[in-house]
Amino acid sequence: MLQVSIYRYNPETDSAPSMQDFQVDTGGKDLMVLDVLEMIKAQDTTVAYRRSCREGVCGSDGLNMNGKNGLACITALSDTVRDNKLVIRPLPGLPVVRDLVVDMSLFYRQYEKVQPFLQNNTPAPAIERLQSPEDRAKLDGLYECILCACCSTSCPSFWWNPDRFIGPAGLLQAYRFLADSRDTATDERLAKLDDPFSVFRCHGIQNCVNVCPKGLNPTRAIGHIRNMLLSRAT
Amino acid sequence: MVRAVTSFGRSGLSDWLLQRVTAVILVAYFLCIGASLLGGVSYAEWKSMFEGTAMRIFTLLAVLSLAAHAWIGMWSVGTDYLTERLMGKTGNVLRLAYQIGCGLVIFVYVIWTIQILWG
Ligand code: SF4
Repeated sequence: MLQVSIYRYNPETDSAPSMQDFQVDTGGKDLMVLDVLEMIKAQDTTVAYRRSCREGVCGSDGLNMNGKNGLACITALSDTVRDNKLVIRPLPGLPVVRDLVVDMSLFYRQYEKVQPFLQNNTPAPAIERLQSPEDRAKLDGLYECILCACCSTSCPSFWWNPDRFIGPAGLLQAYRFLADSRDTATDERLAKLDDPFSVFRCHGIQNCVNVCPKGLNPTRAIGHIRNMLLSRAT
Repeated sequence: MVRAVTSFGRSGLSDWLLQRVTAVILVAYFLCIGASLLGGVSYAEWKSMFEGTAMRIFTLLAVLSLAAHAWIGMWSVGTDYLTERLMGKTGNVLRLAYQIGCGLVIFVYVIWTIQILWG
């Protein structure tokens, strides 16, 4: 029997969060954490969590499992369970709506700030804006982000200043458009990032790199942004 | 853009760059001091070393670097942990008091150094 401890909190009725223990019979199989959550849901239907695609594509079930953020649907028990124990908490640093469901507004607000869409004020060509394979290759490792928030909510700088520090996910997207050969707003984009918080709260802790379920590297993207700011200003 | 009137250069980039440059100066200074201490110095040698203008300028540069480096670092720490987000309005009062305290200590160190060097 797997011992699972789940964070429970309903801000409307509970004065404080608490942990609830469950016993789950995995039948000796190396299930995914999401499977275990579904089994718990069958035991107690009031346990709340987000999920959708169950294959690491939608980014809904970002959770903190035994202290490390990840997607429940693609985290195997063998990757996270120690001493037959599994502790599941919501993503740290964001307000809890209910149990494992967090309010992602702050995270999305930072994403919105980087204007994550192509900006080009030159007249549109007849068919489409072309890009060389080399320029297209620059977007690899940037466009794959599924906005699961595992990275930003594992970042201490984001915990302390989620309203001012854009955070790894937002900055990865900021660089995705800075690096795009078709985007012409590079200078305006950079001008908005030059304050002491938006980019420069990153102290290179690299928790983001450690947890990203897509294997992306926000720290490297932040380094690129810093270099772009540097060459623009010196 | 986030406004930050108490940061050193008002821009994240200039603070970041300054912190790197001052760190290099400090490493160079402490290596230099360390190297002369390693050989063992007498009081007379130490005194004459600091009578040279070059050494005085280098020392002053190191202390000014330390001042800038410390301000940028302490400012970052204060704006992480002493905030309205974490402690409500008290956070703002505490942060300002903390910044004034840091500024005062740094100021005293700089003046004291000048006094030691040229006094
Ligand atoms: S960079 Fe990775 S961890 Fe961060 S939001 Fe995107 S997919 Fe999730």
